[in-house]
Amino acid sequence: MDSDFGKAVIVVIHRRKNFFSEIEKLFAENSRMLFKEITDKEKIKPNTVYVAPANYHTLVEKERCFGLDVSESVWYSKPSIDVTFESAADVYKQRCTAILFSGANQDGADGLLTLRNTGALTIAQDPLDAEMPQMPEAAINIDAAEYILRTSEILELIELK
Amino acid sequence: MNDGSGLTDAQLNELTDLVNKVHGFDFSAYSKASLKRRVVRVMTNKSMRFYDLKHALVNNNDFFQWFLDEITVNVTEMFRDPDFYKALNKQVIPYLSTYQHVKVWSAGCSSGEEVYSLAILLNEAGLGKKSFIYGTDVNTEMLKEARRGIYSLKKIRNYAENYQLTGLKGTLTDHFTIMYDAATIHNELKNNSLFSIHSLVSDSIFNEFQMICCRNVFIYFETELQERVLELFYNSLSPLGFLCMGTKEAIRSDRLKKKFKVINARENIYQKIAD
Ligand SMILES: C[S@@+](CC[C@H](N)C(=O)[O-])C[C@H]1O[C@@H](n2cnc3c(N)ncnc32)[C@H](O)[C@@H]1O
Repeated sequence: MDSDFGKAVIVVIHRRKNFFSEIEKLFAENSRMLFKEITDKEKIKPNTVYVAPANYHTLVEKERCFGLDVSESVWYSKPSIDVTFESAADVYKQRCTAILFSGANQDGADGLLTLRNTGALTIAQDPLDAEMPQMPEAAINIDAAEYILRTSEILELIELK
Repeated sequence: MNDGSGLTDAQLNELTDLVNKVHGFDFSAYSKASLKRRVVRVMTNKSMRFYDLKHALVNNNDFFQWFLDEITVNVTEMFRDPDFYKALNKQVIPYLSTYQHVKVWSAGCSSGEEVYSLAILLNEAGLGKKSFIYGTDVNTEMLKEARRGIYSLKKIRNYAENYQLTGLKGTLTDHFTIMYDAATIHNELKNNSLFSIHSLVSDSIFNEFQMICCRNVFIYFETELQERVLELFYNSLSPLGFLCMGTKEAIRSDRLKKKFKVINARENIYQKIAD
């Protein structure tokens, strides 16, 4: 993704609390966009990749900023993808694109459906390409994904957008 | 939660207004996305439509109390964010130990885990005898739990990893009396604390403190309310007193930034600059 991508990217990854993961580093090194871990009430700006912090849910507020929340885990996950998807649907409606990748439970499926119903572009990674297919499968099963794409196709899409 | 029990922004505002008028509790400056999620959760769990909820809130005082307890997010841990407690030990405790008396305020203390974590930390640093911790919250059920100081063994086991990571000696269970599956905080720690009801939205200054911890409460407040509460904290701190916020929370306003010195930028520990 280039530094003039024009959009904000929010990345929600299931991760354990208290353990620094390499994900931040990976992103920071491989993206030409500005890269940040989200803090509470941070303004959402284009050309930035935001990563949801561990042990909090990340929500999108109407004022175009992030709100964090420590409430109960959803599908044993905090951050939960459903929570972020549902609040993004409420604020951005058809103006957002959501992609659901590999994962070991069904977090994200309901949220993706909410997004699809509000007119957002929704994509699930092809379960054949997913290390853990349960997550994209759950979304496909409830018809939440408008497109099911191979990893290579998703990468192409992100680059071209 | 995709059951169609949506709630419009207008309905949320209507509810906020109504609760304020009837019960004097002002949710209007709470972060909307999370507030909405909590209200929808109540409606889903109780199978209530918007109209039913309004009706119950107006006509039933017990329901309002229950509602308030459900809307607030009370999830907490002992020694949440071990690095924060490490930083306290290293950068703040040495300073506090020079005082005759140390008064600490844990604002938004939920079921007391933060208060008892601070009590353990202060006690281990030899400040147990001269320190006192005030825990406040708006959730009466949580305050009851905090006062009891009894936690399930399962919870304590979950907190044990945090404790280990803070580098404090021994294990977390050393500070509890275990009976079957209940762990009771030691009396010497409990006696150093007092829990009472206090709303950061509407109540005012009640004491002077050398340290205030308000962690994971601001995430539920919009920025204007955060600023108002920061003002309250500033006025409640003794000169050069410490303010500890959550790891993902920060002072955003330039005006207020000038009133505090950053002690630890990662853990959001600040010190009041004398006025
Ligand atoms: C997520 S808990 C934080 C507990 C603890 N400080 C921690 O970090 O683990 C947030 C607490 O803030 C309390 N709270 C919400 N609104 C409040 C208000 N207006 N005044 C005081 N406390 C409030 C809630 O009842 C809840 O117990």
